Amino acid sequence: MVTLDTRQAIEDLMHDYVHCIDDDDLERWPTLFASQCLYRVVPRENADLNLPIAIMFCDSQGMLQDRVTAHRRANLFAAHFYRHIVSSIQITSEDNGVFSVRANYVVFRTAADAVHYGTTEVYSVGAYRDKIVFEDGTPKFREKIVIVDTSKVSSLLVTPL
Amino acid sequence: MNTASAEQITPGPWPVEGVTRIPYRAFFDPAIYAQEQERIFRGHTWNYVGLEAEIPNAADFKATFIGDTPIVITRNKEGVFHGFVNRCAHRGAIVCREPRGNRLRHQCVYHQWTYDLQGNLVGVPFRGGVAGKGGYPSDFQPAEHSLRKLRVETYKGLIFASFADDIESLEDYLGPDMRHWLDRLFSRPVQVLGYARQYIHANWKLYAENTRDPYHASLLHLFHTTFGIYRAAMGGGVIMDDTKRHDMLRAFRISEAQEKEAYRGKDIRTYQEQYTLADPSLLHTRKEFDVELTNHIQSIFPCLVVQQIQNTLATRHILPKKPDEFELLFTFFGYENDDAELRAIRIKQANLVGPAGYISMEDGHAAELVQQAIVRDQESASFIEFGGRNMESEENLLTESAIRGFWQYYRGVMNL
Repeated sequence: MVTLDTRQAIEDLMHDYVHCIDDDDLERWPTLFASQCLYRVVPRENADLNLPIAIMFCDSQGMLQDRVTAHRRANLFAAHFYRHIVSSIQITSEDNGVFSVRANYVVFRTAADAVHYGTTEVYSVGAYRDKIVFEDGTPKFREKIVIVDTSKVSSLLVTPL
Repeated sequence: MNTASAEQITPGPWPVEGVTRIPYRAFFDPAIYAQEQERIFRGHTWNYVGLEAEIPNAADFKATFIGDTPIVITRNKEGVFHGFVNRCAHRGAIVCREPRGNRLRHQCVYHQWTYDLQGNLVGVPFRGGVAGKGGYPSDFQPAEHSLRKLRVETYKGLIFASFADDIESLEDYLGPDMRHWLDRLFSRPVQVLGYARQYIHANWKLYAENTRDPYHASLLHLFHTTFGIYRAAMGGGVIMDDTKRHDMLRAFRISEAQEKEAYRGKDIRTYQEQYTLADPSLLHTRKEFDVELTNHIQSIFPCLVVQQIQNTLATRHILPKKPDEFELLFTFFGYENDDAELRAIRIKQANLVGPAGYISMEDGHAAELVQQAIVRDQESASFIEFGGRNMESEENLLTESAIRGFWQYYRGVMNL
């Protein structure tokens, strides 16, 4: 039985995650993960075929931070904003303090570059398959697996989903 | 944009400078795009369509494309591959509606015309009518209504198909130099590790140029220089086949001191030393080839790029969709005998390439930046004289010679 407080804390984390990315607060993004963590963005095609390749794969806090540094300092891409719409959050099980949580997401991407400024597209649709733990009473993602129905990425993926 | 334009090409003359100038209409004109489909993709070319490892069992199939024509590749119980256009001989519907699977017969759902693995028509419902009424005329010959068959040949696990009945063998098409480098990566049985698809809003030839272009590597892709990883974009070269249509671009490590020196003071925005990877395990690479290369980027005309970047291995299948759009399908692979550690390295280093690749995401962006800028001034041209005006193989990376080679071959095929 998941207590209401626990449920609320988990949902708050899911929402905090969205605002962190959509408000371009990416430096905070790794802090939402547990000290030992896994983040994978998996094309649904690979998930369905049981193939291991992810298009983003971070198995440490450091790798999450490196994604952010590369986003800020290295990678070149058309400027854009995201709006995540996350729904149908469901805690499916608990095992020794590890909560399995699933949800659906849609990400709208709005161009902020000189050519397409203000154009919005449905950029990515999929589902989160998360494992959430409490570290010092604070919920964190032990795992965040993004199953991307939109396997065919429009232009490129640089901002986390 | 209308892709099925019936317009005739009414080109202005190609710039007198030749292959050092590419008129922007080559990336834009629907009539040129339509002509490419006929003369290149459906002409005298061998088109990569997949890996044998994707369809390992008898009756496995894969639906894909040659250019923008939908096709199917099948495997029979002898391990022989066949291919046919995915369009019913009856009324033109897609026959095979799944991207991959296993079936002995391919049946069009519209009227249940049924074909075998070679595309031969083997079943026609109500062919003789019912109770003496209806059905096909007595002179109906199923053999005349097979699917449009393709030639299919393989080279070391890579499957290619062609519309041309009179084309040279695949081995001859690849040529000895390209086979030599393909052998480097395909001498062991491969295993598919996954797919990644990227949809790029630009003409496919901008990507064909990109993979033949070593000039941009450390200038557009800032990952290595940002993190102070002296990856050695400076040692290497480009090798073309005799026709210049294919290209092998290779890069290897030189000393850090040499590379730092090469970057310093060259007005290059990319040289930064202040950042380091928080988790450098990404770049832990295992030696696995006799000839050590950091980058093996091999372009096989018209639609295949084979890559090894550190321990990532992939084919990149270029799928033109419209004059200003193409899909890039990455098929990541390893070898059947990879141990768990090497497998884990490949999975981690997949971060480097693909649509979210640290050192590849910019390629699609660069192509789009060109496409967005060439909406007018179609007779204006790009300028391709880096490394001179020749089309020779080079033992350095400061050249656009392979781009010029591509265009020379392209102009010949297209009569442009």
